Parts: sequence; structure tokens; C-alpha cells
Amino acid sequence: MTAITHHIPDAMLAAYSAGSLPHHFAVAVASHVSLCPTCRVTLEAHQSVGGALLDATDGVAVSDGMKADLLAQLDAPAPNIAQYTRQGIYPRPVVEALKGQEPKWKTLGMGVRQSILSESKQGSVRLLYIPGGQAVPDHGHNGIEMTLVLQGSFSDETGQFDVGDIEIANEDLDHTPIADEGEPCICLAATDAPLRFNAFMPRLLQPIFRI
Amino acid sequence: MAAMRRREGKPVSQKKTEISEQTVWMLAIRDNRDRAAFCALFDHFAPRLKGFIMRTGCSAHQAEEIVQDVMLTVWRKAAMFDPHRAQVSAWIYQIARNRHIDVVRKENRPVPDELAEDPGSEPDASQILAVEQEAGKLKQALSSLKPEQREIIEKAYLGELTHQEISTQTGLPLGTIKSRIRLGLERLRHELKGMRE
Ligand SMILES: [Zn+2]
Repeated sequence: MTAITHHIPDAMLAAYSAGSLPHHFAVAVASHVSLCPTCRVTLEAHQSVGGALLDATDGVAVSDGMKADLLAQLDAPAPNIAQYTRQGIYPRPVVEALKGQEPKWKTLGMGVRQSILSESKQGSVRLLYIPGGQAVPDHGHNGIEMTLVLQGSFSDETGQFDVGDIEIANEDLDHTPIADEGEPCICLAATDAPLRFNAFMPRLLQPIFRI
Repeated sequence: MAAMRRREGKPVSQKKTEISEQTVWMLAIRDNRDRAAFCALFDHFAPRLKGFIMRTGCSAHQAEEIVQDVMLTVWRKAAMFDPHRAQVSAWIYQIARNRHIDVVRKENRPVPDELAEDPGSEPDASQILAVEQEAGKLKQALSSLKPEQREIIEKAYLGELTHQEISTQTGLPLGTIKSRIRLGLERLRHELKGMRE
């Protein structure tokens, strides 16, 4: 595996640790951290800052009986919540979003496929599958877009992105990512707003395809 | 169970006595399911957690519910605590932020794949101490901030600033966390090397 060269900006890791990133970006950050030791330790450093602040906080007395309540619960079996772990190329946050299932791909044309993992008014997370040599459909985006490579690689005006690399683009970047020749490129894409794919179909049809 | 109970209260090992009592408690919880140590950890962290969470505007009642969940998670997930990588307060901070978000936003917060410590590995006291020393330096750096600076940093780590606001306003104490990062990287490289062998 080549070294990861495109990372998460520090302020974004701090925001992730504190929980202030919206869900779609938190999925992308947690996925990158799963693959990237460098960002993992930076995240751990931010956790240390949080821990130091917590430790220096003036305490507020807790209710009488709280400790006894808690001690009484220690022997109770832990609730059985599904614990997901990495599966193949997919890190845990992706597996969790897929609920442990294989992605359900929908064709977008030209061999490009997508699988929507989550979507809300705030933003969306999807997997994109782009055959080698094929361009990711030309798109503009509102707000920020994060693209994490899970398989293969792509290149655009700003550089080459290999497995584990994450591209963070704002609306000023009108880029044309092209999957490099070889195996298909599979990416996790998190966006602030629905992607507008310009090249493939009229805008009117986009709500039908949910892109 | 009886055999385990008998180990309660004993120091984890002589070597670890220089290590902070929080870490000693946490290791006793992790390795011996030590209830006395859990009580000590609760007495230290529960009031701080409650105060910390209430600063975000949570009611005392809701804050206590979160504290209860956090402390229960500390007990149940103790196996994931790795003193070579995090001091106890950092580990609990992240559990608390995650739980707070789950409760307030009613969503399941995505978390990375975990890197569990190799269960058979012997504790490396010098590494644990190094992590604690870095944490001590960090605490010192935070306490020397001007009140308005500190307030912004606190807001950031309480989840009240967006990442844009964090990058423009806080001037994160990056100088102080950099040595912590170097330390973490060394350890991680060491661990990843071990995994490949
Ligand atoms: Zn990274």
C-alpha cells in the first residue's frame, strides 16, 4: 500500500472529536481515520486536549444514589448492539452504514454506479464505483465535498488520490476526477448537498435517480 | 468470581506505582473487573463529567443520564482502554462526547475501526508515563491561556464551534499537542510493525 498523502485538516479532526461535524462528514472522517495512522494519532491528540479540559472542569455533585444505581447495573448483561468491523475494502463506518450488507449498486450510465448510504437535508454519503479510465461525472457541488478512495485511484487537477487518500473540495473547485487505468475506483463521497451530475442527464431527472 | 474479588484493591503491580492513580484504577477495572477502583474512578470523573456536560446547556437531569451511560460504557468497554496511547481522561472525554451526540441528535455517531491492544502484551511503563507526561504538559499549557482564549478552546472541544470556526478562531494549542502526536506516531508505528510480523 502506498503511503497516504492527502489527510484531514486539523480543525476538522478537532470538530470530529468534539462531535460538531454533521453526520455525513463524520462518516468520511471516521472512515479515513480507520485507514490512516497519521490522522488517528492527531485525533488522539485532540482527545487529550478534550481530556485535559474535562479533568480541569469544576465538578458538580451528582445525586445521592447515582453510584449505587450504577453499581447495581454492572453485572447486568450489556445490551446486544451489533458491532461492525472492517469488511474487505470497507472500513467500519461504511460497514455500519451498510448494516453489514453488500452495497446495493445503481447504474448511473457509462459503467459508473452509486450506492447511497445515507441522505438527509444536511447532506449525503454514498459509494461511487468508477471503471478505470472513466471520469467521475462532471459535477459542481454546494458547500464541501469529501471523497475517500477505498479501492483503485483517481486523479484530478489537484493531484492523484490512492487508497486511503481523501480529497476535500469546496464549491470553488470545479474539478474533473478521472479513475486511473486499472481496477475500478471505489470511493466514499460525502457532500453537503445533493451532487449535481451535469454530464449524464437533465437536471429534471436527477431527483428520480437521487443524485 | 470469588477469586477475582480477592484481587480487588491490590495495586496492579509495583512497577506501576509511579503511574497516575486514574490509570491504575482504570487498569484494575480492565484487568481485574475491580469495583473498588471503579468507585474511585466514578468519584473522580462523575462530577466533572456532569459539570462538563452541563456547560453545553444540558439540564442537570439529562447530564446525569449521560454520565450514567458514560460510566457504564467505561466498565463495559474497559478492554478497549490502552494506556500506551491515551490517558484515562482523553478516553473518557471521547466516550462522553459520543454519548452526548447520540442522545442530543438521536443519531448513531460513526466511529473508526478500533485498534485493540494485543491482549498478551506486557504494559510498557515508560510509554504509559510518557503519555501521562505529555498530558500534564497539555494541562499546563491550557491553564496558562488567557481566559478568553481558554473559553474558545473549551467551546471547540464541547462541540459548539464548526470546523471553520475552529480553524479561524481558536488558534488550537497545536504547539503543545505536537509532541503528543509524535509520541503517538512512534507507538503506532511500533504496533503496526508488530501486526505485520
Ligand atoms: Zn490522514
